Amino acid sequence: MKPNRTMSRVFLTFTFLFLYLPILSIVVYSFNESKLVTVWSGFSLKWYAALADDTELTQAAWLSLRIAVGAACVSVFIGTWIGFVLARYRRFSGKTLFTGMVNAPLVLPEVIQAMSLLLLFVALQKWTGWPSGRGIFTILVGHVMLCVSYVAITVQARLAGMNPALAEAAQDLGATPIKVFVDITLPMISQALVSGWLLSFTISLDNVVMSAFLSGPGSTVLPLVIFSRVRLGLNPEIHALGTIFIVVVSIVVVVNNSFMQKRMRQRDQDIKNALSPV
Amino acid sequence: MKTNASVPFYLKWVPKGRTVAIAAPFIFLLVFFMIPFFVVMQISVVDPRLGIPPYTEMLQWADGALSLKFNFEHYVNVLTDEMYFDAYLCSLQVAAITTVICLLIGYPAAYFIARSKPETRNVLLMAIMLPFWTSYLIRVYAWIGILKDQGLLNNFLLWAHVIHEPLRLFHTNTAVYIGMVYSYLPYLILPLYAHLVRMDYTLLEAAHDLGARPWKAFVTITIPMSMRGIIAGSLLVFIPSVGEYVIPEILGGADNLMVGRLMWDDFFNNMDWPVASAATAIMVMLLLVPIALFQHMQSKSIEEGAV
Repeated sequence: MKPNRTMSRVFLTFTFLFLYLPILSIVVYSFNESKLVTVWSGFSLKWYAALADDTELTQAAWLSLRIAVGAACVSVFIGTWIGFVLARYRRFSGKTLFTGMVNAPLVLPEVIQAMSLLLLFVALQKWTGWPSGRGIFTILVGHVMLCVSYVAITVQARLAGMNPALAEAAQDLGATPIKVFVDITLPMISQALVSGWLLSFTISLDNVVMSAFLSGPGSTVLPLVIFSRVRLGLNPEIHALGTIFIVVVSIVVVVNNSFMQKRMRQRDQDIKNALSPV
Repeated sequence: MKTNASVPFYLKWVPKGRTVAIAAPFIFLLVFFMIPFFVVMQISVVDPRLGIPPYTEMLQWADGALSLKFNFEHYVNVLTDEMYFDAYLCSLQVAAITTVICLLIGYPAAYFIARSKPETRNVLLMAIMLPFWTSYLIRVYAWIGILKDQGLLNNFLLWAHVIHEPLRLFHTNTAVYIGMVYSYLPYLILPLYAHLVRMDYTLLEAAHDLGARPWKAFVTITIPMSMRGIIAGSLLVFIPSVGEYVIPEILGGADNLMVGRLMWDDFFNNMDWPVASAATAIMVMLLLVPIALFQHMQSKSIEEGAV
């Protein structure tokens, strides 16, 4: 008993139109000559040229890229650790609190988390003098707090699906725990780490709320520049910037995904070959 | 920890590998997630002042004595202030309606994707996830160009002679709903899909063979079996929607006062940190039950090894 095919097609077509039309409109109108963004007057690349000359934007973009790389690396490191604890240790005191602190950031409104982190930093500065003011470091911590939970949950899911006998076998054969981790566990969760890194990177790159609360003078990151301009209405330069974002992200995600699927198929094939009698 | 007589007493206090492995991320989360809430609570009961930081101390040295000063007047102010009260109501309403619309669109979408051929399934799922990866800010911004008075939607409807004068959409609550549903839809579709794709569809055939109509089979079998996906997805949409700031700020009118915007205003423009802290604390309390429910469902799926 299958659902009605026409109905399914029509419904999904409309859903995808809803999801993709706004993205498409950004890409198309970024090549528009007119300054009036929604009136088409001819093909032009001038907004891309304007983008390259806009020092405020390019400086902010450079700063944001550096923060995003840092946030993604730290998030993957801490997130993997948390994922391990969740997957490996069935019971320990405070586990409910621990899982609560991992899960809550997935849903908690960002305004709450951002304001409380800022107040922590302000109070810390008052008592200990550190960190002196807001800047790259505080933004980095904020972004990491948004991303670790995603990494932790994906890593945990990957570990839960892993056969523990592999690690045990290696240990029985004399491998140290660190060697087991590097040689067996790490390759098996590498896909989760790559997607966790990419997701953290994009979250950090366009996060407004955390960045607004935790940035100081001289640390205006890209999403804040975009946001302040977007508030004033349409702006063809933002269309051009958005198009660059969309194209780069689409390529990276599609390539990463097809690569992952290819590897998964390869692995299934290898397992089949290994099990079949010669 | 087991005590062992042969171990020198001082070594008993050196933590073991397992303890360190758990304690390190535990402390990290405590410091950067839990303690900040206590700081918020503390600031919500002191007085604002002019200066940096713009609040007074709870513990004060005065005349050689340590005095503890706190009051709950900001809570009373926030709760009796009509503006804040309306903002909480408005936020809850916007979040609830957004969740319902997301369900109405997301459930059939997730269902149809789960029931399509495995090869198409992956492509469709990818297509749902892709916008989720591209800049959220840019995607919300894109709606300005569509919803404006001279925007794409109005131009299209005028051209098709459906309407004779442009619809007023941009800077209204309708625009906020469109933006919210658009941004949060993938959060609902993905967990729902995960449940629907694992469902045993031979049950539907059995129901059909026993004479149940497709609609009845859907209501009595498919929906109850995907209930956990429905709840998880709805919470993923509802809870963050309540505190949403960016979407109402970009697409909503000046009259849309969701609580996130009000807090932002009190914090940055009025520099009234104690009131903003009290408002935050109240929002956390409002969301405590849904968050606890979410946590319960998450840890259940963690135990079952599936997310």
